[in-house]
Amino acid sequence: MPEPLATAPWQRRLLLALLLAPALLWLVGLIILPHLDLALLSFRERIAPREYVTSLAQYRTFFSEPLYWHVFLRTAVFSALATALTLLVAFPIAWIIAKVARGRMSALLFVVCLIPFWVSETVRTLGWMILLRESGVLPALLVHLGITAQPVELLYHDATILVGLVYTSLLFMVVPLVGSLESLDNSLIEAAYDLGARGGAILRSIVIPHAAPGITAGCIVVFMLTLGNYLTPTLLGGKNSLWFTEQIYTQFITRFNWEQGAAFGFLLLALSTVMVWLGLKISGQRFSDVMRRA
Amino acid sequence: MSTPGAATPVTTPDLEVRGLLKRFAAHLAVVDLSFSVARGSFFSILGPSGCGKTTLLRMIAGFIQPDGGEISIGGRSMAGVGPNRRPVNMVFQHLALFPMMSVAQNVAFGLARRGVGRAERLRRAEAMLERVGLAGAGGKRTEELSGGQRQRVAIARSMVLEPTLLLLDEPLGALDLKLREHMKLELKQLQSSFGTTFVYITHDQSEALVLSDHVGVMNHGRFEQLGTPQQLYYAPATSFVAGFVGANNRIAGKARSISAALVELVTAEGWAVHARAHGSIAPGASVEAFIRPEGMTLGRTTAQLPPDQPAHEGEVLSLLFDGANSVVLLREARSRLELRIALPQTGAYADLKVGAHICFSFDPQRAICFSAPDTHA
Repeated sequence: MPEPLATAPWQRRLLLALLLAPALLWLVGLIILPHLDLALLSFRERIAPREYVTSLAQYRTFFSEPLYWHVFLRTAVFSALATALTLLVAFPIAWIIAKVARGRMSALLFVVCLIPFWVSETVRTLGWMILLRESGVLPALLVHLGITAQPVELLYHDATILVGLVYTSLLFMVVPLVGSLESLDNSLIEAAYDLGARGGAILRSIVIPHAAPGITAGCIVVFMLTLGNYLTPTLLGGKNSLWFTEQIYTQFITRFNWEQGAAFGFLLLALSTVMVWLGLKISGQRFSDVMRRA
Repeated sequence: MSTPGAATPVTTPDLEVRGLLKRFAAHLAVVDLSFSVARGSFFSILGPSGCGKTTLLRMIAGFIQPDGGEISIGGRSMAGVGPNRRPVNMVFQHLALFPMMSVAQNVAFGLARRGVGRAERLRRAEAMLERVGLAGAGGKRTEELSGGQRQRVAIARSMVLEPTLLLLDEPLGALDLKLREHMKLELKQLQSSFGTTFVYITHDQSEALVLSDHVGVMNHGRFEQLGTPQQLYYAPATSFVAGFVGANNRIAGKARSISAALVELVTAEGWAVHARAHGSIAPGASVEAFIRPEGMTLGRTTAQLPPDQPAHEGEVLSLLFDGANSVVLLREARSRLELRIALPQTGAYADLKVGAHICFSFDPQRAICFSAPDTHA
C-alpha cells in the first residue's frame, strides 16, 4: 500500500478494535456467555415443576453419590496416565524428527504423525473397533498365529481406552516437543558429552531442562484433550469406560437434568484447571512461556 | 611420565597423529596427516574454511571416527574411546555454555559426571573461576556475563577437569574485533599459567601467529607447512603459505632466467622482477613470487632508492593510514598490478596524494619465487 495505514491514534484504535472484533465476538458470544449461563444453571435446584431455588444441591449430589466422584477420579487418573504414556511414546518420535532425520525424511515423519488426523475421529475410532472386536482382525490374527485358542475380546478394556487416547493425542505432544528440541543447540549435547556425560545424564541435565516448556505445553494440551474426550473412551471402552464426559452427556441428554450436567461440567473445568496449575508448579514453568510453545 | 631434567628428552608428546585419513563420500577431508604436539605447547591449525581443520579437531575430540590412521593422546591410543572418556576437552566455537545452569554449575558439570561430591565440586569450581578472574561470579546466569567472561567460563569448565589437551574451535570468532584482540592476549596468558597443551584452530592468521608456539597451515586436508610463526612468515614452504600467512604481494609470470638461485620473473605484460628461488625452477616455467609490504622501499625518485636494487615505478591508488600499519596501494606502471607497500613510520610520505607518481624497489633476496601450482586458483 503506498499510503501508511492509519496514523491518528483514534484511527489506530479503531483498526485494532475492528481486527479483534471477530475473535472477541466469538469468545464472548460462544464461550463466555454460555459458560456464565451454565454456571448459573449449576447453582439451581428444581423444587417443583417450573420452580427453582439457588442452592448447592447439584454439587452436593456429586459428593454424596460415590459413582460420580469415583468416575471423576478415575477420569483424572486415566487422563494423567494417558498423558504420561503419550509423552513417553512421543519423545523418541520428536527426537528423531528434530535431531536425527534430515530434510525430507524429517518432513515425511511429521506427515506420518499427521496422517491419522486426515480421517475424522469417529471413523478412526470405528476403525479401531473393527481391528479389536472379538470377530475383528487382530483377535483372528492371534488365533491364526496360535497365540490364543479362541478369539479374545480386545475392546472394552481400560488398556484399550489408553491405547486409543495415546494414539489420538500423539500429534499434540509431538508438535511442541519437536519445536523445543529443534531449538536445542547440538553443540550443547556435544559439550556435555565432551565433559564426560553419558546419554542418561545428557537427557536429564541438558535435553529435558531445555525442552521443559515444550514438554509442559504438550502435557497440558494432551491432558485437557483427554479429560474432555468423549468419543474414544465411549466407543473403545463401552459401558465399562466410566469416563466423566459420559456422565455429563447422560445428565444433559438422557436425564434431561441440565442443572446436574452443568455442575459436572464445572467440576471437570475445575479439575483441569487444578491439574494444569499443579503441572506448572511441579515443572517450575511459567504459563506464558509454555503457551508460547504450544 | 618422565622425570624433569632426565638426560634424554623422551617425553611422549601430548598429541600424536599418524597417517590420519577422513573421507566424506567422495571428498577427502583429511589426507594422510601426521604430526605431534609437545607437552605444554600452544599448537594452532590455521587454514581457510573448508580445509578440513574442524574435521581434524573433531576427530581428536572423538566426535568423528577417522577412516584411517591413529590418534594418541598422552601416549595412549584413542581408537574406540568415546569423547566422554578421552583426556581431552573442547572449547566450542559458540562456547556451548549450558544456559539452564549457573556459571558454577557449568564449571562443576564435568566434575559431577566424574562422581565428585557436591561440596567438593563447588569448591573446585569456585577455585577455577578465581583462576580465570571470575571470583564470585559462580551464582550468575551465563547470559548475564560479557562475551569475554563467557569465554573464560568455557575455558574454566574444561580446565577444571585437568585435561591432557585442550581443543579450541575458533573460540574468538564470535567476538567483536576489540574484544578479540584482548582475548588473544588473555588466552596466551591462561595457557602459560595452566601449562596445558592447547590445540587451537582458526582461519585468522594473526591469531595463529600471536598465540602459537607451532602452527600447522592446512589446505585441502593436508598440512602445507608446519613450523613456528617466524618460519611461516619469513620462510614459507609453499606459495599457499606465502599467500595465506600475513599480507603479501603476489606476482605471477614466467621464469626467464635463473642465476645464483635468483629467478628473473617476467609477467605477461613484460614487467621483470628478481626473486630468490624456492626449490628448483626451470627456465620458462610458470612461477609466482611473493614480496611482503614491509620488504619494499619507497622513493619519490629512483635516486632515493638503494642503488643496488632494481627500481620500479607506479602510481598511488589509495592510502590506507593506520598509524604504524599504514600502507600505500599502488599500481605498477608496466603490469598494472596492484601492490601493497608499507609506509615508513618517519612520516616522510605524509603528504603523498592519490594519483602521484612513485618509485619503489626491493631486495630480491626478500622476495620468494615458487613454481606455480598446477591448479590455478
